[in-house]
Amino acid sequence: MTTTTPVAPERCTIPVSGMSCAACSGKVQRSLETSPGVSGANVNLMTGSATVSYDPAATSPERLVEVIRSTGYGAELPSSDRSEEDLLGTRDAERAAETRELKGKFAVSAVAAAIVMLIGMWPSAHAMSDGSRWLQLAATLPVVLWAGRHFYSRAWAAFRHHSADMNTLIAVGTGTAFAYSLVVTLAAGWFAVRGVAPHVYYEAVVTIIALILLGNLLEAGARSRTSEAVRKLVGLRPATARVVRGGEEREVPLADVRVGDELLVRPGETIPADGTVLDGTSNVDESMLTGEPVPVAKSAGASVVGATLNRNGALRIRVDRIGRDTVLSRIIRLVQQAQGSKAPIQRLADRISAVFVPLVLSIAIATFVIWYDLGPDPAYLHALVAAVTVLIIACPCAMGLAVPTAVMVSTGRGAELGVLIKGGEALERSEAVDTVVFDKTGTLTQGRPGVASITLAGGTELDESRLVALAAAVERLSEHPLAEAIVAEADRRGLALPPAQAFKSQTGKGVLAIVDGRRVAAGNLSLMHDLRVNPEPLAGAAGAAAADGHTPVYVAVDGRLAGLIAIADPVKPGSREAVEALERMGIEPVMLTGDDRRTADSVARTVGIRRVLAQVLPDRKLEEVWAIQRGGHVVAMVGDGLNDAPALAQADVGIAMGSGTDVAMEAGAVTLMRGDPRGVVTALGLARRTMRVIRQNLFWAFIYNVIGIPVAAGVLYPAFGLRLTPAMAAAAMAVSSVSVVANSLRLRKFDRGART
Amino acid sequence: MTTSQLVITLLGIVAIAWVNYYFFVAGRPAAVATAGGGPGPQRIRIEVKGGYSPAVVRVRVGHPVRLEFFRNETNSCTEEVVLPDFGIRSYLPAHRTTAVEFTPTRPGSYEFACGMGMVRGRIVAES
Repeated sequence: MTTTTPVAPERCTIPVSGMSCAACSGKVQRSLETSPGVSGANVNLMTGSATVSYDPAATSPERLVEVIRSTGYGAELPSSDRSEEDLLGTRDAERAAETRELKGKFAVSAVAAAIVMLIGMWPSAHAMSDGSRWLQLAATLPVVLWAGRHFYSRAWAAFRHHSADMNTLIAVGTGTAFAYSLVVTLAAGWFAVRGVAPHVYYEAVVTIIALILLGNLLEAGARSRTSEAVRKLVGLRPATARVVRGGEEREVPLADVRVGDELLVRPGETIPADGTVLDGTSNVDESMLTGEPVPVAKSAGASVVGATLNRNGALRIRVDRIGRDTVLSRIIRLVQQAQGSKAPIQRLADRISAVFVPLVLSIAIATFVIWYDLGPDPAYLHALVAAVTVLIIACPCAMGLAVPTAVMVSTGRGAELGVLIKGGEALERSEAVDTVVFDKTGTLTQGRPGVASITLAGGTELDESRLVALAAAVERLSEHPLAEAIVAEADRRGLALPPAQAFKSQTGKGVLAIVDGRRVAAGNLSLMHDLRVNPEPLAGAAGAAAADGHTPVYVAVDGRLAGLIAIADPVKPGSREAVEALERMGIEPVMLTGDDRRTADSVARTVGIRRVLAQVLPDRKLEEVWAIQRGGHVVAMVGDGLNDAPALAQADVGIAMGSGTDVAMEAGAVTLMRGDPRGVVTALGLARRTMRVIRQNLFWAFIYNVIGIPVAAGVLYPAFGLRLTPAMAAAAMAVSSVSVVANSLRLRKFDRGART
Repeated sequence: MTTSQLVITLLGIVAIAWVNYYFFVAGRPAAVATAGGGPGPQRIRIEVKGGYSPAVVRVRVGHPVRLEFFRNETNSCTEEVVLPDFGIRSYLPAHRTTAVEFTPTRPGSYEFACGMGMVRGRIVAES
């Protein structure tokens, strides 16, 4: 038993142009009213519009527009600023409709081709008969008039713009063969009298159209997979959210969620928007955005990102960002922009495809003339077949698809792995990288330093806690990661921090302030020298700390050395592996840091880096990158994208590395969504693979045409008697464009661990 | 060489000349549209049907531009429009108008094309 759910009719207003009288509007109205799914229509001549009530399940505004157009009047849906995401939905619907239509057309042409071939296989006496020709024509007509009709109409539309595309070649090729066959069919006697066999080429026409439709069908399927990644990202967003308003829990559409709302997220639910956890603890799976497979523990105060999956506990969160500002939307936008960009390597393909079709038309004409003048009898028949074969084998599509499909698949695959590549140019430059400069803190190391040891200077009256309290009071006003470590240590010890006055920060050296009436300075060796404080008494402790890879921070009080705080920033687990993988790729890793040489060397040894640039002041990072570039190297700079943005911009490829989902996404040419240095290897490896696929595609597309067209024209005929039939040409062409897309789709399988 | 061969050869040469003239010479300059003044973005409507008409649009530098692409066909070749210089790749639903917005900051000629680069247009930004 089937039940039908009554659907409320929807109404839409469509502007209609070209109506000049009541008869016109009446005609439009009747056509709308008799169209399926329409329950009422009102066409207004004065306003030039049609208001239609329709059943959304049975028809759509787009279909109604078609109905109006079929009456000969212009119609168009009002322009709307719909989001890219809505457009994706429309595209999917259109693609599905296109695929359905292509399937139907292909089925009809395939059947017609089989029929025409069968008739052609009749014993030769019959095959050459009038009846055979008329039967073949009958089987061919639906193919030319319906299944292949769009080739002709599109070719015509392009022709009117003085441009030519793939449709032009197919239309001219099949059109010529069909027109000739039609003439023979209608006037077979005329040919017979002149001693010419009344041969027809209906078989070629239907086979070409059937094969090209098959090719289009396969290509449409493959092409829709190239944009799968963005569709997946868009699909991550839940439709509704559970909002607490006025103490009441309600499920509302995502569009109604506002910044500041309180949301409840149950275990197993997707977090609807970016926010901060108010209470609850849970593990959140962020793999869909960062590629990080291990769920991240969240509790009150932690920030969470929309589209990530709440695993095991209930969370109450406050919404901080919605809509376009969310991390997910920014990722989608970046990926889409990347897919809209053009790789410089495409310029060559562009230049060729701009002249391609007219060139092929010229070659086809020349082929005809040469066969006619020099070929064997019946010369004009050979000439005709060869010219049609040239038109059909030429394939501008493979060339047009070579670069964009690879860029789309690769940027999409990158996003799945937590690597956002900003487009074709970034891919191309990443491929050439031979040196990777890591800004040590936060890329190779955790970037969350902690106090490892405290040494008091001999003769100071301070104890450890007092030293930490004084240093922390000053460092609290600084934003340096080392400062945070000291403040965190003071917190851990439960120390009250006295207020600090006259705070001064000396970039790359340290900080100074007055605390409880005492002059406190905390910083490195060079700060001590500046203040004429003798660091000698603690040189041993500083050396030991540095040898362990810790950063020594000297603390001076009232101009005298008071103690040394050693700060450790543990190396990330993936650092060594990343460095080794880069070296295997023939890329030299370099470590750049503001730390003194001994600390830097120790960290470098741990991760396996041989080249270290130590004691580099923040504003000198850019120059260091430049110096390497001047040595003829192509440099990728890896940093957090915040305090090293100029160096990232100076590098050939700036790689901004985030931690979790907090990342300066727009800073670099490449953004790593998680703080794993192995992401650098993934990004550069993906770029290399992509460029290889692009070169393969371009090579294949070029060589295909460069070999295919002359062979189709018959250059091998004089020496080897070898010629192609138009049907063989059609098969080759269908295969060539599908194979380019299929080759690009191989990038979907790129794995971060894959060798390059 | 027989008369018919001579005729066919001459016709072929004429045909090749015409093809090259028609597609490479006669097509240019394509229709040009200039954005009007007034408040708001510079709006230009472009019909997409086998090509872009107008295929060349003139705009002022530093002012937002809104290109309204009306894709009046279902040919999948033109289903996307790409403005590489502005990082835009937009899908154009059939028989609808889809707007694309950007602001050229420097004078110059910027290309826009379909997803496969077969159909092209140009934006000329002038100060």
